[in-house]
Amino acid sequence: MSLWTIVLRSLRQHALSTVITAFSIALAGGLLMAVWVVKTEAQRNFSQVNAGFDAVLGPRSSKLQLVLNSIFHMEASPGLLSPKDVEDIRKHPAVQHAIPIAVGDNYYGYRIVGTLTNMLTDVEYVPGKRYRFESGRVFEPALREAVVGSFVAQKLGLKVGGTFQPFHGLNFDPKSQHQETYVVVGVLEPSNTPTDRVIWIPLTGVQLMGGHDAALSSQVSAVLIKLRGGAQTGFRLDTMYNKQGDRLTFAWPIDTVMTQLFDKIGWFDKILALVAYLVALVAAGSILASIYNSMNERRRDIAILRALGARRGTIFGTIVLESAAIATLGMVAAFVVYAAIVGTAAAIIRSQTGVVLNAMAFHPVMIWATGGMIALGALAGVVPAWKAYRTPVAENLVPVS
Amino acid sequence: MALLEINGLKKSFVAPDGARQMVVDVPSFQLEARQQVALAGQSGSGKTTFLNLIAGILAPDSGSIRLDGREMSALSEAQRDRVRALSIGYIFQTFNLLHGFTVLENVLLGMTFGPGADRAFAESLLVRVGLQDRLHHRPRQLSTGQQQRVAVARALANRPKLVLADEPTGNLDFRNATEALRLVREACSENGAALLLVSHDREVLAQFETQLDLAQINRAASANHSASLPPACSRVGEKENEGGKEAAR
Repeated sequence: MSLWTIVLRSLRQHALSTVITAFSIALAGGLLMAVWVVKTEAQRNFSQVNAGFDAVLGPRSSKLQLVLNSIFHMEASPGLLSPKDVEDIRKHPAVQHAIPIAVGDNYYGYRIVGTLTNMLTDVEYVPGKRYRFESGRVFEPALREAVVGSFVAQKLGLKVGGTFQPFHGLNFDPKSQHQETYVVVGVLEPSNTPTDRVIWIPLTGVQLMGGHDAALSSQVSAVLIKLRGGAQTGFRLDTMYNKQGDRLTFAWPIDTVMTQLFDKIGWFDKILALVAYLVALVAAGSILASIYNSMNERRRDIAILRALGARRGTIFGTIVLESAAIATLGMVAAFVVYAAIVGTAAAIIRSQTGVVLNAMAFHPVMIWATGGMIALGALAGVVPAWKAYRTPVAENLVPVS
Repeated sequence: MALLEINGLKKSFVAPDGARQMVVDVPSFQLEARQQVALAGQSGSGKTTFLNLIAGILAPDSGSIRLDGREMSALSEAQRDRVRALSIGYIFQTFNLLHGFTVLENVLLGMTFGPGADRAFAESLLVRVGLQDRLHHRPRQLSTGQQQRVAVARALANRPKLVLADEPTGNLDFRNATEALRLVREACSENGAALLLVSHDREVLAQFETQLDLAQINRAASANHSASLPPACSRVGEKENEGGKEAAR
């Protein structure tokens, strides 16, 4: 019979406290891993999402607002760009693509974006990948036709041949429905980008939508830009628009803008991580308390083992091993907790932004959190193990005759 | 050379009133290999302390305990644990079985810290004590008599040279006590182990060829309890005086 068997029997004998304590470890470990993975995966994914563009040109505003509005289809539009500004950037020799977008309407909360057809046919949203149609085709620029992102199609049940009437504004208000009726002519395949949450219509569709200011009908919300050449061209345009000019904002490069966002909310990650560490400490404390409290009832068993020849060190090791075993059980269950938290977080992030996090992606935190929690569990066992170590044998082999 | 030789053994405890009370004061005691000796003594006469000293569970204040040629008092605690694991079997009045373990596991535990687990031998011991159909039962699922038989098997599991039995029949009725005692003695004989049994039960003591009154070998017990010893126990001492002298020479 091995030491391990003795530990297993003890765990079984104290099954209820073992399960409760392991559960607290599972919550702590799962939370710790989830916080870390959601943070790093979100940062990685959001920094990589640029819809295939290098920069965004828009009215004077913060770069972050411009990127969130134009690439992630979140936040309010900061204003409008004149047709001349659009033409200027389109003709710039450093620009490969300059695709204008216009926003201002929604359909049940999902944003309607007006654009040109080449947005859906020519742009590689990641290198080597263009948007593909699950069914149908791209809209005709002169007609009231729409192409629907996969997530919207799924959520609203929109199919090719279906029709809808947009609502005014970026937020859904049932009282502000437009009169125009659009026909769905295409549904995109999932791209795991914010595009999945968008209804695309011709640029003029948004510009000329009933109720919009006719005086602004030729203006756009932003221009999405793909540059030729490297960083040098970006620097030149950055200088031209942001430093020498004061009417427009050139948000470049997009991934740096998003990284700055995560830097700004880094304190929130730290608080979450701190909470996770505290939960881990509380869980380790629960191991300590659970085993320590059971020491009174264990004294007889310990005395018997000592009477059978077990050394003090063996008893000490048994208790530490038992603590580590509880932590190990907890960490096995922690992966279930982790999967539940990350799965839920990924679903929320996807529904809110269209960005898909890989909930099952391996991350080194899984190794060090598991090792750390088991080590912490073993450490928590040292105090009760010391008590066991010092258990007097003769006194506990009752009765004395 | 005797298996067990004790000289000038003393052990005292601090009483609740703060006074130091001598519990064991044995000038001389010997036990030969394979010998079976019964020690008579009333509750509180230091029987358990005496056995715990021999087993190395307690360290003496002074004196010498030589077991199989090794001076126990010169050993470290870990070394005494090792001697106990390899050479001593201990049967307790309350059996002291571990309730989280099966019958077979309890017996295997008797080997774990010594020669190592030998499942076949453990099973053969349990067959010997008539528990072949109770191997995977828990102690609480057994009768008192069956629990004592498990304790006997466990005490012999490490193939000890010396078995110490502390009131092994104290919790059994007459029939079970007789059966348990027969089993202990036979099992010790078959396994070549010496047996030192302490009891206050005259029926038990009467079954041993060699009986000693603890009061005779333990001066502390004599001093503490001579006034209160019942006549029956004194008779045992008198009756076995010669045997006692012989064994304690």
